[in-house]
Amino acid sequence: MANDISQDLNCPVPMSEYSTVVLAHGGGGKMTHQLIERVFKKYFTNEHLDLLHDGAMVPVKEGRIAITTDSYVVSPITFPGGNIGELAVNGTVNDLAMCGAHPQYLSASFILEEGLALDELERIVASMSEAAKKAGVAIVTGDTKVVPRSKADKIFITTSGVGFIPKERNIHPNQIVVGDKIIVSGTLADHGMAIMSVREGLEFESEIASDTAALNGLVEAMYQASPHIHFLRDPTRGGLASTLNEIASSSNKGIQIAEQSIPVKTSVRSACEILGFDPLYVANEGKLIAIAASSDAEKILTAMKRHPFGKDSAIIGEIIQAHVGVVVMQTTIGGERVVDMISGEQLPRIC
Amino acid sequence: MKYLDEFRDPVMAKTLSEKIHTVTTRPWTIMEICGGQTHSIVKSGLENILPDTLSIVHGPGCPVCVTPLEIIEKAIIIASKPNVIFTSFGDMLRVPGNTTDLLHVKANGGDVRVVYSPLDAVAIAQKNPDKEVVFFAVGFETTAPANAMAVWQAHKNNVKNFSILCSHVLVPPAMEALLSSSSNRVQGFLAAGHVCTVMGYEEYFPLAKKYNVPIVVTGFEPLDILHGILMLVTQLEEGRHEVENQYARVVKREGNVSAQEMIFNVFDISHRKWRGIGEIPKSGYRLKEKFALYDAENKFSLGLVEVQESPLCIAGNILRGLNKPFECSAFGKQCSPDHPLGAPMVSSEGACAAYYNYRRQEVPNNV
Repeated sequence: MANDISQDLNCPVPMSEYSTVVLAHGGGGKMTHQLIERVFKKYFTNEHLDLLHDGAMVPVKEGRIAITTDSYVVSPITFPGGNIGELAVNGTVNDLAMCGAHPQYLSASFILEEGLALDELERIVASMSEAAKKAGVAIVTGDTKVVPRSKADKIFITTSGVGFIPKERNIHPNQIVVGDKIIVSGTLADHGMAIMSVREGLEFESEIASDTAALNGLVEAMYQASPHIHFLRDPTRGGLASTLNEIASSSNKGIQIAEQSIPVKTSVRSACEILGFDPLYVANEGKLIAIAASSDAEKILTAMKRHPFGKDSAIIGEIIQAHVGVVVMQTTIGGERVVDMISGEQLPRIC
Repeated sequence: MKYLDEFRDPVMAKTLSEKIHTVTTRPWTIMEICGGQTHSIVKSGLENILPDTLSIVHGPGCPVCVTPLEIIEKAIIIASKPNVIFTSFGDMLRVPGNTTDLLHVKANGGDVRVVYSPLDAVAIAQKNPDKEVVFFAVGFETTAPANAMAVWQAHKNNVKNFSILCSHVLVPPAMEALLSSSSNRVQGFLAAGHVCTVMGYEEYFPLAKKYNVPIVVTGFEPLDILHGILMLVTQLEEGRHEVENQYARVVKREGNVSAQEMIFNVFDISHRKWRGIGEIPKSGYRLKEKFALYDAENKFSLGLVEVQESPLCIAGNILRGLNKPFECSAFGKQCSPDHPLGAPMVSSEGACAAYYNYRRQEVPNNV
């Protein structure tokens, strides 16, 4: 964020007269600075951000850092259980946590569509601030651009993050060995179906809420239980199935899972059935997959179940030598099938 | 009753599987008609728990698969027009025409929308009076009542900017076409539960009698299908050929009479071309003359459209139960869900896509 002009508020049109984002908010002039002061700095305030320098200057520790970036374009921007802002913070925090890192600093870059209600922007920024506090991270730098109406869908947010990796931790597919257990941290498909339920204008009797949450606390609880965590991933887009396929091919091992052990809420499963979706391919925003040493899997599972974001955790399968690169599932009725990577999007079926 | 877990119960599945093993003494070839059943069979890995002597072949009941390529191409032509909002059920969007599919039409600026009900398309037409709104009315007897209702409502409310691209097909004439073919090897049918929910099952009695073939109206959950197979094999072993109803919790003998009335208010029975099979007499619906205004083919004056099927694709044999997907030389090589040569590889209900997605580990050399 640029120079501090907070003492110079002689704007010809007081900002309070605008209830929506206008192109001038992205012009780099007074209105941009007012937006930064009155919305972003108000909520994100911290010693690094408040300098409003071109970049943030932060202290480092020894060892390795994890860096990640992710863009958030979800529509609608507010959905049961969260909004795009929380998602943008939690998603990047989780990507760092999946490296075994302690997430520390985030950047936030906003592309705003002309006409977005300032109230709505403020609500999103406030919930980003709340999510950052909960996750123990600081948003230390950022950027704002405004594009003409219809050139974006209300708001797009890109967050990048940095975290420090304790030196004894090593998350890498080459750590995965035959016999390792596969643990998921809770019920699947909640986020994707929450979005679908509002996007399609479908009304379900029971509300399905997104599971968006920062998982760094859960990961710390797991490491306290055992250091023998070989791999971590959060199964976001593409769901459990796509992530497991990626793990199978990057580790050069086979994966065997049991359908009956995979936790899915009844309401979510019903919604998936109605729409013809497979919950294994639906997005999650507050769940992780851990590949852990067989000997310590139960210990890790117990620790996960004690954590609020892991109470429905379950061991769903294991790493095997056979069918390298392929995920095979024992079905509930006693059959067997391949769980493949999806080709494109899931599309609702005719009947 | 939650209607899901109860019909996927592993203990019940084991009991039914054991009973099927006990009654089966000879090899039998049976066909499930409906693509929804194919999907369920392959997704639940049901064939793993059936006797090896029981050959399950997958029928022509996938609406995506049997919609002729010409109709797909017509949909693409209409959807590409500037003043059109083209609405469809989701899984038609990926079916390739000559050079492109509806997803690409959308990416290139066409207004293509997925709807869950044809009535949503009528509502879109009412909200956009300056646009032509077209609904892709494909499917079997199952989707016909809602599609008929959409036309009926549009007519009643004078919504003149709504039309349907119609390619409706019917199950019993297709079964008759399979049974009367000299290459037929199907000895018993699991009839499609949802089709019978609408139409009832009286139409199947003459078929069972004429061709000495048992027919069991069957549901879609794994236990429904196992139960249907048990009833079918029991008939075959006992030399009976009757029409039985496994899906009695949903299907009545006479079907849904009001739904049938709505269908016949709007549609006449007509000859229809089936992809991979060819024209079958009296095997589909077309709009009645008085609703010709709502026929997109008339509205957009689409004449004959030239199409070219892939010479490698054996979709016709797959849909008639003569070959299994693994037996196709292009399966998993030139043809995959990312690059489908024929419709059964496109839809999740298509036999080829179901085999590719769920049973690939069984193919020699793991394609």
